[in-house]
Amino acid sequence: MALLELKNLTRRFGALEAVKDVSLSIEAGEFFTLLGPSGCGKTTILRMIAGFDAPDEGEILLDGVSLAGVPPERRPLHTVFQSYALFPHMTVAGNVAFPLEMMKRPREEIRRRVAEALELVHLSDKAASFPHELSGGQKQRVALARGLVNKPRLLLLDEPLGALDAKLRVEMQSELIALQREVGITFVFVTHSQQEALALSHRIAVMRDGRIEQCDEPDKLYTQPANRFVADFIGKINLIDVEVIAASKLRLNLKAPGLGEIEAVDARPLRPGERGVLALRPELIRVHGHKESADLKNRFAGRIKGLLYLGDVTHYQIELADGRVIAALLPNAAPGRAKFHEVGDPVWICWRHDAGVFLRD
Amino acid sequence: MTNAASPASAHSQSAKRPTLWSAGKAFQAKWLVTLPPTLFLLAFFLAPALIVVGASFREPGEFGGLAPLENLAGLSLEAYRFLLGDVIYLEIFARSFLVAAATTLICIVLAYPLAWLIAKSPAKRRDLLVLLVILPFASNFLVRIYAWIMILGPANLLYTPVAVIVGMVYVHLPFMILPLYTNLEKHDPALLEAAQDLGASAWTRFWRITIPLSLPGLFSGAVLVFIPVLGMFAVPELLGGTGDLLIGNLIKEQFLDNRDWPLGAALSIILTLLVLALAGLAAWAARRGFAGTEAVS
Repeated sequence: MALLELKNLTRRFGALEAVKDVSLSIEAGEFFTLLGPSGCGKTTILRMIAGFDAPDEGEILLDGVSLAGVPPERRPLHTVFQSYALFPHMTVAGNVAFPLEMMKRPREEIRRRVAEALELVHLSDKAASFPHELSGGQKQRVALARGLVNKPRLLLLDEPLGALDAKLRVEMQSELIALQREVGITFVFVTHSQQEALALSHRIAVMRDGRIEQCDEPDKLYTQPANRFVADFIGKINLIDVEVIAASKLRLNLKAPGLGEIEAVDARPLRPGERGVLALRPELIRVHGHKESADLKNRFAGRIKGLLYLGDVTHYQIELADGRVIAALLPNAAPGRAKFHEVGDPVWICWRHDAGVFLRD
Repeated sequence: MTNAASPASAHSQSAKRPTLWSAGKAFQAKWLVTLPPTLFLLAFFLAPALIVVGASFREPGEFGGLAPLENLAGLSLEAYRFLLGDVIYLEIFARSFLVAAATTLICIVLAYPLAWLIAKSPAKRRDLLVLLVILPFASNFLVRIYAWIMILGPANLLYTPVAVIVGMVYVHLPFMILPLYTNLEKHDPALLEAAQDLGASAWTRFWRITIPLSLPGLFSGAVLVFIPVLGMFAVPELLGGTGDLLIGNLIKEQFLDNRDWPLGAALSIILTLLVLALAGLAAWAARRGFAGTEAVS
């Protein structure tokens, strides 16, 4: 049985349907992420799980038991808030001790478990400090220790890294992964950052307008997006409007208006005339200076319109004959100075027939 | 312009960089702004206070006021000796502090739910509610006290200690509500949610989160109520009986009725010193107890 089950959850705010018929099941020990742009309903779902909000329809089951009518203080789960919500009048140790005091644990046990929790987040030396004396990353860790100290069944994290600067965020990501592995508590994580979701999660539910667009493992989401929205939301991608000409088990022949024929592959039974997009990751596109070295079927002439050198990789904007711009990503993998195709250079781009993913409209 | 030493750049950027000249301007501006209030306080607060200190060591004049002072030998501690020698004064001081403490306590109990209610109302309605709190100030203080005479008279409470407390609470309640409201309004609602999320019941959330975080507001309110009540003479005079004299009445009596200025001055000095000692003690306790709460309020 799944640890947490959401069954046909719907939540309306006046005329707005913030969450529409969402069903999910989360396994014990999972690092599960709700990913989506702001206003997609992910935080509403989190608040309903925590008990601060109640669904208009559907139910939430924890260990198979409905949480309906159970107030937040009686649910065996905790939330790490985006603002951390540390109690400013209590020390770090006082904050972490709070949930244990609420459970009326003996004083000696509280002291021991607070010390353990602070050690877990490497803050043992800050036990006597007040929240306003801590840095953002330290506050974040206190919030985590406070949420984990009495071993909840589930820890809900609402954009917990949102307030940190970029470098600290990457550090905290690694710490979060290690922490979750160490304590073995199920995490339900909410974020709008696809990079964060990919880096942290076992599974990700991509949401839009109150619905789940796709729920899958990070690499599946990236390589096999279910639709145009997911493809576009996760990472950078080229979307080429196409129409099916011929389809078999082994080959899918597509036609892109203004560009020409494209070869792809798709196991689904597709009929000629179907429309959709071919989603093509920039790193799967090869760029050559000569036609001869471009040996693949999917091969088009273009011109470098712009480039962005990022050290490890270079992003190219390549303008094709019909004016469309294709993004390509080339690793600067050769030793020595990176060699660029310069702006204005004529180039050939090509990609393997199995590089693109056909998405039906 | 990276060469800071070049005269051209120094000239063109003089407005942005603190040069000797602009530092001098800043200094002048500071004095220009702070001098008038400083002079005002020196002339109308410090000087009269010093005059009162001086008066407390003088002899009363034959027909009131102060006896002329020929030399420093004319200074005496007579007024203080007289006050300390009579237990009635100690009694009045004690009663005054008791009335002030009771008023403060009742104000806290009445003001807290009100302030909380205002702080939790929708932003639009809050301004209106705050306006209602301060609306009584629009009418004259004495008129409002006379109104209480008409209310308390038929209830057979007029000229009793209860009437004094009622009047004191009525007059000072806004001074408790406003600082409390200002404090409560700033509380981050996420803190209460976090406490609830971590297992705290409504009652626990109030005692462990709301009350401690509102201590600075409670403290300001208590100071704004307690100290004025100590010196208030109109309320006990109009609503209280003959046995309800407070220090304020006593001081007023010395200056206006008995015309014993040294005694009145000595009473004022003792009151001021007691209040200062109390405020110092409270501030010290507050500094120890509020650790961390400044961050929110």
